[in-house]
Amino acid sequence: MGKFLKHQIKTWGLTELFKGLSVTGRYFFKKKITVRYPEEKTPISPRFRGHHALRRYENGEERCIACKLCEAVCPANAITIESEERDDGSRRTTQYDIDMFKCIYCGFCEEACPVDAIVETRVFEYEFHERGPNIQTKDKLLAFGDKHEAQIAADRAVDAKYR
Amino acid sequence: MFDALQAFLSTFLFDWLAILITLILQTVAVVLPIMLVVAWLTYAERKVIGFMQVRMGPNRVGPLGLLQPIADALKLMTKEVIFPDQSNKYLFIIAPILALAPAVAAWAVIPFADGMVVADINAGLLYVLAVTSIIVYGTIVAGWASNSKYAFLGALRGSAQKISYEIAMGFALVTVLMIAGSMNLTDIVNAQQGGMLNWYLLPLLPMFFVYFVSGLAETNRTPFDVIEGEAEIVAGFHVDYSGMTFGVFMLAEYAMMILISFMTAIMFLGGWLSPFEGIPLLESMFAWVPQLGWLAFKVSLLLFVFLWLRATFPRYRYDQLMRLGWKVLIPLTILWVFVVGAMKYFSFGPWFN
Amino acid sequence: MTFELFIFYLLAAIASISGVMMITIKDPVKAALWLVLAFIATAGVWITAQAEFLGLVLILVYVGAVMVLFLFVVMMLDINLAILKEGFTQYLPIGTMVVLAISAMMYLVLGPERFGLEATGAPVVHSADYSNTKAIGIQLYTFHVYAFILAAVLLLIGIVAAIALTLRRRPTTEVRYQNIDKQVKTQASERLKMIKMTPVIEEPIKPKEEEEK
Repeated sequence: MGKFLKHQIKTWGLTELFKGLSVTGRYFFKKKITVRYPEEKTPISPRFRGHHALRRYENGEERCIACKLCEAVCPANAITIESEERDDGSRRTTQYDIDMFKCIYCGFCEEACPVDAIVETRVFEYEFHERGPNIQTKDKLLAFGDKHEAQIAADRAVDAKYR
Repeated sequence: MFDALQAFLSTFLFDWLAILITLILQTVAVVLPIMLVVAWLTYAERKVIGFMQVRMGPNRVGPLGLLQPIADALKLMTKEVIFPDQSNKYLFIIAPILALAPAVAAWAVIPFADGMVVADINAGLLYVLAVTSIIVYGTIVAGWASNSKYAFLGALRGSAQKISYEIAMGFALVTVLMIAGSMNLTDIVNAQQGGMLNWYLLPLLPMFFVYFVSGLAETNRTPFDVIEGEAEIVAGFHVDYSGMTFGVFMLAEYAMMILISFMTAIMFLGGWLSPFEGIPLLESMFAWVPQLGWLAFKVSLLLFVFLWLRATFPRYRYDQLMRLGWKVLIPLTILWVFVVGAMKYFSFGPWFN
Repeated sequence: MTFELFIFYLLAAIASISGVMMITIKDPVKAALWLVLAFIATAGVWITAQAEFLGLVLILVYVGAVMVLFLFVVMMLDINLAILKEGFTQYLPIGTMVVLAISAMMYLVLGPERFGLEATGAPVVHSADYSNTKAIGIQLYTFHVYAFILAAVLLLIGIVAAIALTLRRRPTTEVRYQNIDKQVKTQASERLKMIKMTPVIEEPIKPKEEEEK
């Protein structure tokens, strides 16, 4: 009988409805957690996998030795490498293309690289409006790496002890 | 004001032309503000639901996103209206009109303040009920003319639901007119004069809830929006509608929402009467608020509840929805008709004099 | 021509045209929609004749409820018009005769001599606050109260009979029914058991520092 009465009061008093309404009513006045993207940005991890870059040593020599491990490991076949002997007898790439449309940003190329040449930076604000620019050539990647070297080096340094 | 205008026009125009011009002007004077309110109600809805979900809501177009409705309207108007290949072209076009026309026509008898009404007819309550009952055709014709199974299922669900809840709604109105003794909306409000206790909210509290819940079902708002049921039937009766034809359905839905809020405010919350009537200090403090101001305040409160409910409750299952309508609301309303009859017989409270 | 007369002729024309369309059009759904239009126009005519209660109730009951259910049925029917029209010429003579007979009867009952001011008398002009809802109510609930209640009982019997005829409860071995009352009354405590257990926290494995060096 008590249970019956309790149920009736609960039903006709619409208690459950008011409980639900009070929850949403409370949240109405809560501080909003929205991040207004172009003006505000969320913090990014040093491990973020964004736009690719090719790095150089401090003396200006490019790191890549055309071992093609990244090309082999790439699950999307986004990397194309051609290599040739350079005048000084070292093995260097003549072509290093990444198709940004194919790339899935898995970071395997970075993992595979024995000399830390190919890296993924924390830059993610770029876009392509037509076919063509989506192929990032060696020159572009090197230039990109030069431009962001300070940030790249800092990120690698933070992450170094875990690798 | 409009009588004077008509008299002035008829001095140099045909009589019927003068009447026609005044009628059109009156219509514009009522419909235009409503359409503007509808536009910013969509904005309010997105904002309120956003706030309740701890996000911002639209805030890019104009300051605080206030110009969002204009952007939406422009988008809808410039989009292509697609006619499905196998659809019935005439009915496909007529359906949105059938949905919007009654939702707008019902405003003819709604008083915005004492004497501020287009048509002060005796059977105002019945008129609103009759006109809003035609809205079903918008849904059912849209669903049938689209020649799509999803649309048809949505239309069947929607029309069955609307007819069912109309009965509960009608009975709730019956209790109101039993107390007020009139179907004229102005008279109903004036009968509630004399402070908050004289409003019909108190003696008709269950009917207030019944009316509002039926109103939710009539306008297909959550938790009764099985007609759209995007998880099961995509968008129900208006899957195949695009551009402004779709926009007209939205206009009709929101115009109905406002109408239901107005009716609730007029019948249960004392319409344009100040809630501080009869309280010595407060009454004089709020004497500057115009009648329209109080009504607008009450209506916006009710509209907020509409949005609040949408942010809170999940969709009803269809069989439970029908059970609520037929087995809970209708018996409750019939019971309350008898209760009100008894109250009237014993002249109970300040409501019967 | 006054404005009122113009409205009357407009509504009357709409009513007549939609009536004709309703019986001539092939598609049953469209026919039903034309009938709706005829109802609405008729309601308008009634309202111009100062019978606003009847007009509004016509819209509320017939347009808002009955015709919707009608449309429901018609929409879900799969009517093959070719089969429907098969015996058309065969039944034409008898059909014509029936039509003529009905027309003649209608003329006798509703002929022109029954209408007009001589037959009905001039309509009484009421003041603006005259409520014909009240007038109908007084008529219905005092003079015709028995007929009114009898009609109500008849309708109730109709409802009960229709439900009794169509209600078919199959054994639960065939169909499984949902008990919504039971579903609604379910408490969280009946279905969900909250148990307390001590949390198991995984200790991080300590690196062997000595061996590394």
